Amino acid sequence: MTDYMHAFDLYTPASLADAAKLLDEHGKDAWIVAGGKDSFDWFKDRHKQPKAVVDVSGLKELRGIRDGGDHVSIGAATTLTEIEESKLLRDNFPLLVQAAAKVASPQIRNSGTIGGNVSQDTRCTYYRDGFPCYRAGGNSCYANTPTAMNREHALFEAVRCVAVTPSDTAPALVALEAEMAISRGGKVRTVSAEKFFIGPDVDITRMTVLEAGDILTEIRLPKKWAGASSYFEKVADRETWDFALVSIAMAARTEGGMVKDVRVACGGVQCTPRRLTEVEDLMKGEKAGPELEKLARRVAARGAKALNFNHFKIPLMGNLAARAARSLA
Amino acid sequence: MTENRHDEALGLEAFEFPPDPANDFEWVPATPEIAGELDQPPEADWRTAGTTRRAFLRGVVCSGVAVSASAYMFTVQSGEARAAVRGVERLISLNVNGKTRRVDVPPNETLAQTIRYRLGLTGTKIGCNRAECGACTVLADDTPIYSCSTLTHQARGARITTVEGVAAPDGTLHPVQQAFIDELGPQCGFCTPGQVMAAVGLLKKNPKPTVDEARRAMSGNLCRCGAYPHYLAGVMRAAGRA
Repeated sequence: MTDYMHAFDLYTPASLADAAKLLDEHGKDAWIVAGGKDSFDWFKDRHKQPKAVVDVSGLKELRGIRDGGDHVSIGAATTLTEIEESKLLRDNFPLLVQAAAKVASPQIRNSGTIGGNVSQDTRCTYYRDGFPCYRAGGNSCYANTPTAMNREHALFEAVRCVAVTPSDTAPALVALEAEMAISRGGKVRTVSAEKFFIGPDVDITRMTVLEAGDILTEIRLPKKWAGASSYFEKVADRETWDFALVSIAMAARTEGGMVKDVRVACGGVQCTPRRLTEVEDLMKGEKAGPELEKLARRVAARGAKALNFNHFKIPLMGNLAARAARSLA
Repeated sequence: MTENRHDEALGLEAFEFPPDPANDFEWVPATPEIAGELDQPPEADWRTAGTTRRAFLRGVVCSGVAVSASAYMFTVQSGEARAAVRGVERLISLNVNGKTRRVDVPPNETLAQTIRYRLGLTGTKIGCNRAECGACTVLADDTPIYSCSTLTHQARGARITTVEGVAAPDGTLHPVQQAFIDELGPQCGFCTPGQVMAAVGLLKKNPKPTVDEARRAMSGNLCRCGAYPHYLAGVMRAAGRA
């Protein structure tokens, strides 16, 4: 006998309008799935038991990668394999392609979507195991106690909750200044990737700005960073499946050996992808080389507050920043 | 239980229940030498008491309760009639191994459960049931996916291929299967169906993979015996012939 999901009504709307209507009708009882790689674990554990499950993976509006003039738009239900194999993205945004290629395992990338990858919930083991922690609506954090196992947890901006962002594509999207298009009741609003992810100081029970009724429809990558130099590296316990302990994504424009513009973001160190603004400021206008590498290493993890078991992430961040800087030399 | 009073009306006589390896087998005494008078199966054994599984299922269907589930599998559903107002239809057609099969599937059932427990294709294994081991790998439109973490209803339009469907109709093994045997891939063999499907999926997309490409494509399948080099050698051997 294997874990069986709770009974729910499954809806496969034919259009975005139908999906919006369903979400409106069911309110907080509705749950959106596409690949379902995050959702079904929640359902099998019975920690989340929504009454209505809306499958948006069949919506044409949410699929495909298109050139939209000044940006490239990626439908939220586009699978990570499709992103990995897209010529348009390979040519213009190798950073996102590399990040997508590092997600979980081939079979998961074949059905998991980019929309799901960015809006998946945190992987804090205590939270996932159903502990009544702050994030689950309780009044304690089980990951930040003297005996807790927290080697995967946050270094920065932990407010009660010390969970980190699990997404590999999120730092890449932040580095590429992506815009997320969110549809709600037929109206579409866009939010920058940086604002899309929210920390526990904003809302401790959510990882993104998405609320009941919102559908993430599209991710737009401005051509500003098309063809830029990029660096992506993910450090995890295993090459496959595991979430990043620390990942780094950098997009940079260089001119004659000088760094003209650069954006760096780290995953796995904070509840949201962390912009390394100090590293960026340091690199801008400088010549790439050993000196820059050393400085990047020194400032990357500045301000980090380690928990009991995650000190190792501090030098790891520094090393990754140094390697990113080295890639420009 | 009333003896199939409504069978005719419902046309159930003609309905073939899928084979169920847990219940459908010839009873033979375990050790014929000491079996003695136990030549006949005992009256009340561990099977569904007092009735056969088929009769039991017919009864359930006839009593109008909307379950057609294997009795041992779906106790969770407790026979509650779930009439989905505008949700998906429970009765769907699945294309598995080139055959169209009509199955009655609740919305919360995974493809692995349907394949194993409704269609009786138990070659597909359920290991972790969490998309973390790869034992349940099947092909959907020639793309390897984890069937344990896919709803059956999400696979409605796809061509599903399980490990039972890769060999030729005359029984000749698929080059991948033959290569795994030649390279001594399986040890305990539990992960093998998943490994076969991942390899078949790779070779369909990329008939001449490099070792690194093959390693990457096979990385979504765990092998507890640690026979990874054997499987990898098997994929490379099959790539010469597939």
